[in-house]
Amino acid sequence: MRPPPFRGAKKEAAELMPWFLLRGLAAALALLLFLAPARAQEYEALLPGLAGGFAQQAETVERLGLLGDPRAIPLLQAMADARLLRLADGSFAPQQGAAPPEGATLIRINNRVRGALRGALGRLQLVSPDPAERLRAAEAILRNRSAADIPLIEAALARETQAPIRVRLGLALGGARLASEDVAVRREGIAALGASASPEARGQLLAARAANAELLPEIEAAIAAIDRRLQLRRAAETMFQGLSLGSVLLLAALGLAITFGVMGVINMAHGEFVMLGAYTTVVVQELCRGIPELAPWSLPLAVPAAFLVTAAIGAAMERGLIRHLYGRPLETLLLTFGVGMILQQVVRLTFGAQNREVISPDWMMGTLLLPGGVAVTQNRLWIILFALAVLLACFAAIRLTRFGLEMRAVVQNRRIAATMGIRTGRVDAMTFAFGSGLAGLAGVALSQIDNVSPNLGTGYIIDSFMVVVFGGVGSLMGTLIGAFSLGLLNKVLEPYTGVVLAKVAVLVGIMLFIQRRPKGLFALKGRAADQ
Amino acid sequence: MNRRLVLLLCVLALAALPAFNALPAEHPLHVPDFLVSVVGKWICYAILALAIDLAWGYAGILSLGHGAFFALGGYAIGMHLMRLIGPRGVYGHPVLPDFMVFLGYTELPWYWLGFDWFAFAFLMALFVPGLLALVVGWLAFRSRITGVYLSIITQAMTYALMLAFFRNDMGFGGNNGFTDFKELLGMPLNTAGTRATLFYASLATLVLVFWGCAHLTQTKLGRVLTAIRDAESRTRFLGYDVTQHKLFVFVLSAMIAGLAGALYVPQVGIINPSEFSPGNSIEAVVWVAFGGRGTLVGAVLGAFSVNALKTWLTSVAPDLWLIVLGLLFVIVTLLLPKGLIGLLRRRQP
Repeated sequence: MRPPPFRGAKKEAAELMPWFLLRGLAAALALLLFLAPARAQEYEALLPGLAGGFAQQAETVERLGLLGDPRAIPLLQAMADARLLRLADGSFAPQQGAAPPEGATLIRINNRVRGALRGALGRLQLVSPDPAERLRAAEAILRNRSAADIPLIEAALARETQAPIRVRLGLALGGARLASEDVAVRREGIAALGASASPEARGQLLAARAANAELLPEIEAAIAAIDRRLQLRRAAETMFQGLSLGSVLLLAALGLAITFGVMGVINMAHGEFVMLGAYTTVVVQELCRGIPELAPWSLPLAVPAAFLVTAAIGAAMERGLIRHLYGRPLETLLLTFGVGMILQQVVRLTFGAQNREVISPDWMMGTLLLPGGVAVTQNRLWIILFALAVLLACFAAIRLTRFGLEMRAVVQNRRIAATMGIRTGRVDAMTFAFGSGLAGLAGVALSQIDNVSPNLGTGYIIDSFMVVVFGGVGSLMGTLIGAFSLGLLNKVLEPYTGVVLAKVAVLVGIMLFIQRRPKGLFALKGRAADQ
Repeated sequence: MNRRLVLLLCVLALAALPAFNALPAEHPLHVPDFLVSVVGKWICYAILALAIDLAWGYAGILSLGHGAFFALGGYAIGMHLMRLIGPRGVYGHPVLPDFMVFLGYTELPWYWLGFDWFAFAFLMALFVPGLLALVVGWLAFRSRITGVYLSIITQAMTYALMLAFFRNDMGFGGNNGFTDFKELLGMPLNTAGTRATLFYASLATLVLVFWGCAHLTQTKLGRVLTAIRDAESRTRFLGYDVTQHKLFVFVLSAMIAGLAGALYVPQVGIINPSEFSPGNSIEAVVWVAFGGRGTLVGAVLGAFSVNALKTWLTSVAPDLWLIVLGLLFVIVTLLLPKGLIGLLRRRQP
């Protein structure tokens, strides 16, 4: 029989019945009654024992641990750190300053007491009102699991309401059961661990393999079950990351799909429009800072603001410069690259070259734990939703509005559209403004996950062009599928090749792909398609 | 005849630069050291501009990847220069360059073999860009990727190379690249004599490449290339193999760019992955556009004038340079479709 971790006054009783049952009973009682007044008196009565001999100290500590009074936590903690003082009036207090006050004596402890303290603190912290402390206690128990803790953990698990702590406690319970002498209890432990999907449970099972020759098939089956679940979870997380990257690409590429695909204009300044959208978010946030009612709404307010700012600049650029270069795509490439350069430098001179911070609102922060243990960061989830919403709005704008109708008419046949009374110049300007505004929206989203700096857009522009080329120029459907498949492909390759080579592989893949389909996945007719 | 005389005078004026540098410092005609290096750099840029003009101005292939070919040529010579450092590096390893010792390499990667031999490194500076251009060009021209699509593909190629060269485990020094060169062909790199030699080598190469390109564009091949630029389908229908012609000029142009890079690196003493940044390639295209696309003189003139402006402005008002460069892009495309040369020729009746 393995010796229980603590041997105390109940040694005789422990020989009469399984000692952990007794311990469990006591712990359960302690947990149920830990605020009862009778217990409070017992707590007071126990305290002087802390100043006794080492044997008495150890016993007192253990009893305090079982008593489950959270008041004991700071005292025991101080004792373990060797800074517990017995004051002149006989009460106890942790040492505050460098030197103990007049008449106080420092409580000395030895290794045995230290061991008792660890155990008692672990137990006490499990009932602490502070969730963070409970989590720490669960972690501690998980680390040095022993069968002695089973009833304790079960009791704690019964009252625990917080999901993350419950998960840790469940793991600890499985581990503790695995350390039991009773084969039936161990079997239970294996089954419980096998039902989880955590690498730690897998580690525990692997470690238990050597000691449990008779349970080997069950352990192997449990490990296999965990592996399956882990694999699934990893796949789900990769999928989410891919979707998240894809939605960022989608946002950045949507505007390009309009200006490049529909109008045949290579807007190399698109990345800078994205950057301007991000800076608009910064400015809106600064403006909202002074007004407490508006502060939490700065991000939703930044969405229309960024659209309007970038759309206005886009319209000005179309009317002032690009208008003269229709049908000469290579020239628009150079021209817009120059405009992008100017915009970037102007922003750098206005806002400085260093990164600007955008604070995410509370409702976007934190991690969401989906069923199956899939961890999902909320701001990325919001970006996926935002990207899809923007895509829907695009579809609606093109299919349902008067402007969309005129835009399609001009794309199909400019001269007939003009004959029908459509002011094609105005439609051109609006289309370009629309595409630029979409870039601004992408900037708002990117400000939540990337550094807002003058070269924010440069990193995304080539990827976005790839999305448009891959998906098929001018097709929103192609952009959607292109963005998400490139995002997914990137994230699926990353574990094998690393971030950079994954990007390189995707670029090479696209070059090979357009060998087969030079017009992309969804070829569409437009002004660009004629050339 | 008149034009040739002007060109000859320009070359002679350039050639006199190191000679003026050799004059004593207090002499009124003395040219400071940095100017020789700077003009030597411009000459390399001019060779790069000729390469771009050959592909873009004469065959209509707007490649945004020539900066990459240039950098690859530079890396090839850079590898040779690294091998020549030998045990003089910080770590004093007899074979491995410093960064490899630092990264824990125990032996030279296989693709570094042979680079201790100058002729091999020089051939690689031509061969590697040429091979890359052959592969990319073959893939692109075969499936008739033209215009903007080709530009985007070549830009993506540059971007991918930049990402790859930024990696430490590629064996090319990661983001620090190569520097700390000591000598080339037995000449210590930081002496006036070596500077002058490299300057003359670059100038001679520029003249040779210029003469070669001028010759090429006058041949039947050059005429076919111009025909492809102006009406690709029509040329194909006439029975010319457009793919082969474009591939030839693209590979040749990439090799010239590699040559320019190989001359550039010993003069500036450093090569790192930022040379691959897509912006560099586009900037080089603007030199050509500014000088006058489709004229060889224009390409050289553009490279010299834009870079002179850049050197001057980055010392006077560094914050303004990018804005001015951006404006240059706008002015060239909107107001100067034929570049400076077009402007000069219009003035002369």
